Amino acid sequence: MAQAAIELIGINKSFGAVRANRDINLEIVRGTIHGIVGENGAGKSTLMSILYGFYQADSGEIRVGGQPASIKTPNDAIALGIGMVHQHFMLVDNFTVLENVILGAESDALLKKSIAKARSELERLEREYGLEVDPDAIIEELPVGLQQRVEILKALYRGAEILILDEPTGVLTPAEADHLFRILKQLKEQGKTVVLITHKLREIMAITDTVSVMRQGTMVATRETRKTTVEELAELMVGRRVLLRVEKGEAEAGGVKLAVKNLTVKDSRGVTMVDDISFDVRAGEIVGIAGVAGNGQSEMLEAISGIRRAVSGSVMLDGKPIDLTGAADPGELRDRGLAHVPEDRHHVGLVLAFEENENSILGYHDDPRYLRGPFLNIDAIRDDARDKITKYDIRPADCRLKTANFSGGNQQKIVLAREMEQDPGVLIVGQPTRGVDVGAIEFIHKRLIAMRDQGKAVLVVSVELDEIRSLSDRILVMFAGRIVGERGPEATEGELGLLMAGVEHQEAAQ
Amino acid sequence: MDVFIAIVQVLDSTIRLSVPLLLACLAGLYSERAGVFDIGLEGKMLVGAFAGAAAASVFHSAYLGLGMAILISVAFALIHGFASITHRGNQIVSGVAINFIAAGSTIMLGQAWFQQGGRTPALASGERFGAIIWRGADAVRGVPILGPIYSELISGHSVLVYVAFLAVPFTWWVLFRTRFGLRLRAVGENPAAVDTAGISVAWLRYRALICTGVLTGIAGAYLSMVQNGGFVKDMTAGKGYIALAALIFAKWKPVNAMFACLLFGFLDALSIRLQGTPLPLIGKVPVQFMQALPYVLTVILLAGFIGKAIPPRAGGVPYVKER
Repeated sequence: MAQAAIELIGINKSFGAVRANRDINLEIVRGTIHGIVGENGAGKSTLMSILYGFYQADSGEIRVGGQPASIKTPNDAIALGIGMVHQHFMLVDNFTVLENVILGAESDALLKKSIAKARSELERLEREYGLEVDPDAIIEELPVGLQQRVEILKALYRGAEILILDEPTGVLTPAEADHLFRILKQLKEQGKTVVLITHKLREIMAITDTVSVMRQGTMVATRETRKTTVEELAELMVGRRVLLRVEKGEAEAGGVKLAVKNLTVKDSRGVTMVDDISFDVRAGEIVGIAGVAGNGQSEMLEAISGIRRAVSGSVMLDGKPIDLTGAADPGELRDRGLAHVPEDRHHVGLVLAFEENENSILGYHDDPRYLRGPFLNIDAIRDDARDKITKYDIRPADCRLKTANFSGGNQQKIVLAREMEQDPGVLIVGQPTRGVDVGAIEFIHKRLIAMRDQGKAVLVVSVELDEIRSLSDRILVMFAGRIVGERGPEATEGELGLLMAGVEHQEAAQ
Repeated sequence: MDVFIAIVQVLDSTIRLSVPLLLACLAGLYSERAGVFDIGLEGKMLVGAFAGAAAASVFHSAYLGLGMAILISVAFALIHGFASITHRGNQIVSGVAINFIAAGSTIMLGQAWFQQGGRTPALASGERFGAIIWRGADAVRGVPILGPIYSELISGHSVLVYVAFLAVPFTWWVLFRTRFGLRLRAVGENPAAVDTAGISVAWLRYRALICTGVLTGIAGAYLSMVQNGGFVKDMTAGKGYIALAALIFAKWKPVNAMFACLLFGFLDALSIRLQGTPLPLIGKVPVQFMQALPYVLTVILLAGFIGKAIPPRAGGVPYVKER
């Protein structure tokens, strides 16, 4: 029997009435990569925060290396050799890499010695694990992949033997994720223990030795990775059978519903983010835009939906042009049958402090259906919201609840219900399932395909390549503000990955 | 030569007038760099001025006065900390409350203790900080150019003036060369990073506020025990707010803060000097206009001449562990 690096015995933790962790038992074997999967809100992060001393368990015991451990603060965890890479990086953005690494682990009241020591230590870690990063670079000027590497370095610098990573690949490109996995494997070979928290099952299968599944605050199963399947894990997570790839028939594409012509968009700094792109979306098809985040997709979506002014370009909606360089008004586009589900539902799609029913008509509140004279018709609005709640299975089914109190997946359903139920001719959706649970993903995908089958034109922008491949009838790949390729849904991940990385594009340019 | 003497005199009073601004500005720098907005600089200076003058006149000691000024000012800084760090209250509201308490309590206690309409008794020379005459200052006074500069500008100030200007490189050194400074800057940018690194956010911010209290205490003592011979009601006259403006103007950097405060001090000195003096081409300018000049400049500078000033990112936000 291999030695346990960490044992959790009977851990309970409640936040008010919510039981985030119920009687959790878990054993993590030294020198392995142990995956923990579960939907959002299943209690994974809470459990790891308890292990890292960020929260205190209400009851239960933690053993590290066989010894009972009392972890009251992150300091205790660090002293026991536990390091954590948080989902939202815990870095000071305008500090250098070195400053971030030594913060809290300074050897001296003056910085000079600490900096010198950290510099030589980073060189050693770079040699041993291939963790290269310029120690004098400013964090905010580094790409996210490197920022994450700094987080790993921070943990190793503090002598971590057990490394916990919370949703580490959410912000990474496929290539960056692969690099991360190589680093993790190297750490394992050096005898470190890695705990990987994720909701992406493919990653679990690719890299872990053991996997534990959490659902609604309980630990439902632990499996050896090579003896389980993605389907089994998905079922354990959700508690029922889940279709990971939605079934869909052939697209019956009709005439062009949405034509984007010569669109160029600059961001607030004046940098060209979208560079003269044109494409069509026809009735009855889903066009997916793939690309690594930050290659102009967000700006393109904002321009087409009238939120951001374009430098040049227009859209044809049902053959009638709308100039996007003037003050294109989202309301006007909406009136002409273009519905938009924004990428960032918290800042653009919803007013979190509003009740659910208020959000479910936002943007359509001038519609006579919701009005009685100059006033809002509250009864009609609530009835309408209740209909949508039933139809889209929004939980909890309470249209008076504050929107902030819904989970990410249900918030997304509120936005989708609002836009889809207006029966638009064109639907554009940014990141349809960002932060959404496996079960809800299936539902949202089915809805999008139903829209397509009703003969609507659907444009989907997503950084999740799996999602693009599963939904799209045609895939456009964006790189550096341009569309660098079009592929069918049968395109392989590798092929698309190369396009997304701009490889073919650069070769063609040379 | 008359013009030269006039310039030296204006610069000399620039230094004197900028000292309270500079001390308050550095005070604000410590707390804002740690992520705590402190609109209560004004109030802390005021209680410092009162406590300093009161203690000095009662105990007949300038240094006891200074000590009391610092003590009371730090106590007020800790009240701000208790409200805004421990209880996560709104930092602006807490700061404004401190200003009100300071304005009211100094007059009330002053009247109750000394019966002079809210003033403290005039301080005798031993109860104030006198000027320090540097070696040879009188001897070189006659030397052209350098003589007046040495004897007027450099020599002949009170010890607190030198403390204020030495506080500039010292603050820079603390912020950028010490562990405390690194953590202090970090907690103003991303307290969660500090918390996960195993450092107490609250204790760090309290310590920053103590630095603030010490400096506003010295600033207050300077007002009532150097510039003036006793406490007068509302004697800070908005200097705490101008110091905040200077802090933004200086983009939260110590050396910039010194130049910003010198600029405000210079305008102040100039407006005093030019009162009643006809200007070439313009003629006689109303006194009120000259007095308003520093404030007008504050508005203009903050409105657009300084470019984008990026405040510490966690400024004004109480730290709450996220779920």
